Amino acid sequence: MPPIVKLLAQRIALGLLLLFLVSILIFVGTIILPGDVAQSILGQSATPEALANLRRDLGLNDPPVARYFAWLGGILQGDLGTALTSGQDIATAIGSRFSNTLFLAFWAAIISVPLAILLGLVAVRYKDRWPDKLISGVTLASISIPEFLIGYVVMYVIGVKLRWFPSVAMINDSMSLGEKLSAIAMPVMVLTLVVLAHMMRMTRAAILNVMQSAYIETAELKGLSGFQVIYRHAFPNAVAPIVNVVMLNLAYLVVGVVVVEVVFVYPGMGQYLVDHVSKRDVPVVQACGLIFAGVYILLNMVADIVSILSNPRLRHPK
Amino acid sequence: MRIPFAAAVGLSFTAVYFLAAIFAPLIAPYGMAEIVGDVWEPSSAEHLLGTDNIGRDLLSRMIYGGRTTIFIATVATILSFVTGSTLGFLAAVLGGWADQALSRFVDLLMSIPSLIFALVVLSVMPVTTGVLILVMGLLDSTRVFRLARAVAVDINVMDYVEAAKLRGEGRGWIIFREILPNALSPLVAELGLRFIFMVLFVSTLSFLGLGVQPPLADWGGIVKENKDGIVYGIGAALWPAVAIATLAISVNLVADWVLNRTTSLKGGRG
Repeated sequence: MPPIVKLLAQRIALGLLLLFLVSILIFVGTIILPGDVAQSILGQSATPEALANLRRDLGLNDPPVARYFAWLGGILQGDLGTALTSGQDIATAIGSRFSNTLFLAFWAAIISVPLAILLGLVAVRYKDRWPDKLISGVTLASISIPEFLIGYVVMYVIGVKLRWFPSVAMINDSMSLGEKLSAIAMPVMVLTLVVLAHMMRMTRAAILNVMQSAYIETAELKGLSGFQVIYRHAFPNAVAPIVNVVMLNLAYLVVGVVVVEVVFVYPGMGQYLVDHVSKRDVPVVQACGLIFAGVYILLNMVADIVSILSNPRLRHPK
Repeated sequence: MRIPFAAAVGLSFTAVYFLAAIFAPLIAPYGMAEIVGDVWEPSSAEHLLGTDNIGRDLLSRMIYGGRTTIFIATVATILSFVTGSTLGFLAAVLGGWADQALSRFVDLLMSIPSLIFALVVLSVMPVTTGVLILVMGLLDSTRVFRLARAVAVDINVMDYVEAAKLRGEGRGWIIFREILPNALSPLVAELGLRFIFMVLFVSTLSFLGLGVQPPLADWGGIVKENKDGIVYGIGAALWPAVAIATLAISVNLVADWVLNRTTSLKGGRG
């Protein structure tokens, strides 16, 4: 078996193992804690009957291991359980919200990735001059402000003062693509700002790293201009680390999306999760937590696979 | 010792924030939960930043809020550093299966975004300041663990550590008298970044309604309370943004300076 296939198989197996362990961790995280879950859901004033009912509904009378495997078995068959608060089937409730979240994250990625790479290249080209300094200054500022505050600043300036876009991002199926895009314009802007900084900084670092190689000096001595050197010689060699950075930041989008959805009242997974954490609806939280963690693990795995594939030493084994 | 301009600015802003946090009851013009005016009054001589969604003085809330936020972030950072670096040093010194077990467990914890895991845990926990600090500190200690372990593994093979081992010193001596002093500078530089991360983390949790509970003020909570004003063009919820951003940037400037200073002393990173 060529080494590349073996490496890929190993990485995918590791991802699956990680997902399994994470499911245990999420399950344990909701039961290992001191005190009675039913009590903390219903509060101190709950009647003993209500407590007993809730314990039965949650299956708290069974041993934890049996409950875990019942839960996992259900998930593998696409049954995420029912929400405690509304009695709704979680899988149906999540379905449309998940696609809304993906829609939002997709557009944020489409805009932020090329922009980050372009600005990273500009920062390298004008290293230590004003464009570079400006870019690193903005980067520092946007790392220092939490996502939700960037959200409100954008909403205040663009939504309320300038009135370019609606300040609440409601979307539904009957809207056309254009209407949807205008509705999510501000959340996309915020998510872009959030991930742009990291991506730009690391793109800059990756290219600067390559710029120290001897072949860059050769290219400069041949008389190529600054951008040509970067575009023809530095960029191709920096692709692997850049793709890695991009994937890690898309994984970071997963977290950003939770907060940004709450800010813009967007009907997605993040808002669903946060709502049900405050309602202490454990099955929903477990299901959403597992899905978010799963997407995160998946993107990290893709990042690793891309960097394996982009390594020529592995693609052409002797 | 000359302090560069950027670091001096950072240092003075950081000091102002910490002093304001410590002496909040003396500085704040009104009480934390005292209702002193109308809803969302604009700024005036009596209320420099105006009033909030139920008529409390916003400046006082910001000062008390800073106190809560900075207190929680500081304690959580200390917890994270003590746990993370102790375990990290231990893993490096012990090696073998103990190192493997600890490192793999940390890998597992880091494979979930910490916000998501914190939400999962907080869904069944009573949300109190103690629980918040515990959850944030322990989740963040994974990052400190990685750094501490990496640094300690390098130090552990140095001649002076070898000499101490041959002298027959115990593990406690090796960790606290040989490794700790040499690992201190990268850890201190990291301290600033972790502190900022904690400030952002606790603000985010409070904003989502799962952190500091009202009537206690904190920067994230102030945003949550005043966010409805945004659509009417009332910027009360934006003040915490200013506070958090200036604090974060100041601490970053100080951390950068510490990092540069300590690395130039040794002629290289770490």
